[in-house]
Amino acid sequence: MTSPAIELIGIDKRFGAVHANNNVSIAIGQGSIHGIIGENGAGKSTLMSILFGFYHADKGEIRVKGQPVNIRSSSDAIAHGIGMVHQHFMLVENFTVLENVVLGAEGGALIGPALAKARTELQRLAHEYEMDVDPDAIIQDLPVGLQQRVEILKALFKGAETLILDEPTGVLTPDEADHLFRILGTLRDQGKTVILITHKLREIMAITDHVSVMRRGEMVAHFDTARTSVEQLAEAMVGRHVLLQVDKGPSKPGEMVLEVKNLTWKDKDGVARVDNVSFSVRKGEIVGIAGVSGNGQSELLDCIAGIARPASGEVIFEGKEIGHLADPAHVRAEGLAHVPEDRQHRGLIKEFDASESEILGWHNDEALGKGFRLDRGKVLARAKAEMEEFDVRPPDPLLKSGKFSGGNQQKIILAREILRDPDLLIVGQPTRGVDIGAIEFIHKRIIRLRDEGKAILLVSVELDEIRSLSDRILVMFAGKIMGELGPEANERECGLLMAGVSKDAA
Amino acid sequence: MMKARGDLPAWVDVGLIPLLNLIVALLFAGLVVLIIGENPLTAMWIMLKGAVGSIKGWGYLLYYATNFVFTGLAVAVAFHAGLFNIGGEGQAYMAGIGAATIGLGLEFLPWPILIPLAILASMIVGAFWAWVPGVLQAKRGSHIVITTIMFNYIAISLMQYFINYWFRPVGKMAVESREITGAYIMSFREVAREFFGVRLSSSPLNFTVFLAFLAAFVVWYLLWRTKLGYEIRAFGLNPNAAVYAGIKPDRIIMVTMAISGALAGLLAVNEVLGVQHRLLLEYVGGAGFVGIAVALMGRSHPLGIVLAAMLFGLLYQGGSELSFAIPTINRDMIVVIQGLVILFMGALEYAFRPMLSAMFFRVED
Repeated sequence: MTSPAIELIGIDKRFGAVHANNNVSIAIGQGSIHGIIGENGAGKSTLMSILFGFYHADKGEIRVKGQPVNIRSSSDAIAHGIGMVHQHFMLVENFTVLENVVLGAEGGALIGPALAKARTELQRLAHEYEMDVDPDAIIQDLPVGLQQRVEILKALFKGAETLILDEPTGVLTPDEADHLFRILGTLRDQGKTVILITHKLREIMAITDHVSVMRRGEMVAHFDTARTSVEQLAEAMVGRHVLLQVDKGPSKPGEMVLEVKNLTWKDKDGVARVDNVSFSVRKGEIVGIAGVSGNGQSELLDCIAGIARPASGEVIFEGKEIGHLADPAHVRAEGLAHVPEDRQHRGLIKEFDASESEILGWHNDEALGKGFRLDRGKVLARAKAEMEEFDVRPPDPLLKSGKFSGGNQQKIILAREILRDPDLLIVGQPTRGVDIGAIEFIHKRIIRLRDEGKAILLVSVELDEIRSLSDRILVMFAGKIMGELGPEANERECGLLMAGVSKDAA
Repeated sequence: MMKARGDLPAWVDVGLIPLLNLIVALLFAGLVVLIIGENPLTAMWIMLKGAVGSIKGWGYLLYYATNFVFTGLAVAVAFHAGLFNIGGEGQAYMAGIGAATIGLGLEFLPWPILIPLAILASMIVGAFWAWVPGVLQAKRGSHIVITTIMFNYIAISLMQYFINYWFRPVGKMAVESREITGAYIMSFREVAREFFGVRLSSSPLNFTVFLAFLAAFVVWYLLWRTKLGYEIRAFGLNPNAAVYAGIKPDRIIMVTMAISGALAGLLAVNEVLGVQHRLLLEYVGGAGFVGIAVALMGRSHPLGIVLAAMLFGLLYQGGSELSFAIPTINRDMIVVIQGLVILFMGALEYAFRPMLSAMFFRVED
């Protein structure tokens, strides 16, 4: 039997009190696609960072093709044939594809010979793995899917035999994701080894040969993908039975709460990022906005929440035009709650303790102190009650916000916004980077709010989430609303609209 | 993804690390003293004895500390809003106009009304001198570091003009105002002599020192117990989150700068009303800049600032005693020693942190 491509034996890594990897062992077979799944903070990223030389394990051994190796830096990893495609691309945006590929392998003082050599090599690789890309294109002009392809080519160019992909489909349309999987399949067939880190169980089922599950720093199970199920994997990840299907009754839409009319927002270069958008949200319904990240959803939410000022058009909330005010405090006072897309940079303040983040945006509430005062006792009491109701762990209002896991940070924010009893909740990426157990909880609370007769506008790049929560689905592409679909719409219909193909053309 | 190491316990952060920094700073200072051929232990003993070995020493220490508390608080409040106000020097200087105008112009008022008015006027002028750079930052995007530096120079020139042409009595040679007699804050020495018939050794310490402690408390209350303080801290830590929360950046920048300037302006109360009893040139004497070091060392917390201001008071008072006692250690040497303390306590604040945290977690494991 040939030795595995990569073997990690008894890897142990601590960060202070956190035991990020506890005696983790895994063997990854030559020429296979091996998935690693686990909740956030389960230790997947740490393990891969150890393999790629960002961290050094406290204990344990790494073997490449049976040989023990010492990987102290990413260049060691590359020398041993390990390449990594990061979740956030490491590309120089205003360089060409070719220049990016040779980056770090320039060799010599003059760039000319290296570029010429790289060009022929790139053509060979592109041909062999069916990854066509124009070597002279500038990175920032390429769609995300192609940028990712450049990342893969870069790794292959440097001689990678094993490729690690960290959450590769987060930024892709379903169609682009399928294409990526075809490429990965080709790579496997050519004898390369692929390690796929993801939290999307469906992708694991679709593409991998083997799958390993991590939980709380430990490797808890290994499966052959063919002999397992989504339910079994979810249970292994969370450690208990999980409800994957969202349970919800039909919606009972009431009167109009939010009406957006011909809304346009332009960036500083004058490009319309939100382009003449119109729609409405009624009481007792969840309207979902689907789309690949970066197609104007964020800007649309900002215009409604008063953070951005629209160039033209109207935002009518309960009969009053609020768009021209561009005042988040005013919008809140009118009864609009906002769970921002980017919780780390907006939703809370990492250096604040949880109780202080729990009142962000609502800190002028007279119930928290009369006049100019902010009553510390009342702030703590509110935080404690809200954290308990939303099962935030640990329920410690004095712990710094940044110390909570992603899911618990999100619960802090959701508790703050939902418990203000808003007439309209706008919520962006409610479960991005949130573990499965918390997702279940968050979805339930959003549906409960709907059933209480509130209006909800949901933006998410997770198509599954949009489809399971929404009563109506709007698809955004390049700042425009491409069409409206019912909750029963299938993935293909959504995918086409997300790629900018309108219904009539399809 | 990078993960932060576990946090160090609080006593290490606010106790052990500053202490280590201070020790290292003193070791280096000792080395400097050694190089010029003096005994560092003797020098240190003279400094300590000069500052805390007598009532007079303590009087001076606290007098210096009063100034540093005001300017340190001024820097710290702005820090909390993410603003680097290095114009404390100019704001404190300009504030003298407020103190002197009221003190000389409304002399007919009884002192219980006159002194609070003069204090208020100092704060208002100091606030104005910081508010203008705040407006320029908020409305025009001019960087506050640049504008407050420039405002320091403008203040120097303006004060020369004002004192010369407005405040200097006809026929007086010295460039200073006539004596302020109504808004006269008595020193402890004068109080002891007048009311208790007790002789205290001479020091300029006066009632303004209580105002400094009060200011420290008010700043703490403002930042951690009011809605405005919440907004200031939120904006300073994360401007994006602040905007999301409906906090208006322009307003916070302008209001915070005004508060900062008002605090710096209180220095004029100590110097003009409490010590010099006249408006004279260059009375701030660098205390505005020391405030930056004090705020850094005090971690922008009022309690830390009071302690840091006292340490700097000790260095100032001990330093001048030292230059009396050992002539080879002149005024410039004292500045070098103070500079070393600032370097290690402020700029190299975290130099020992990684080492300590490595040690700590090895022990814990």
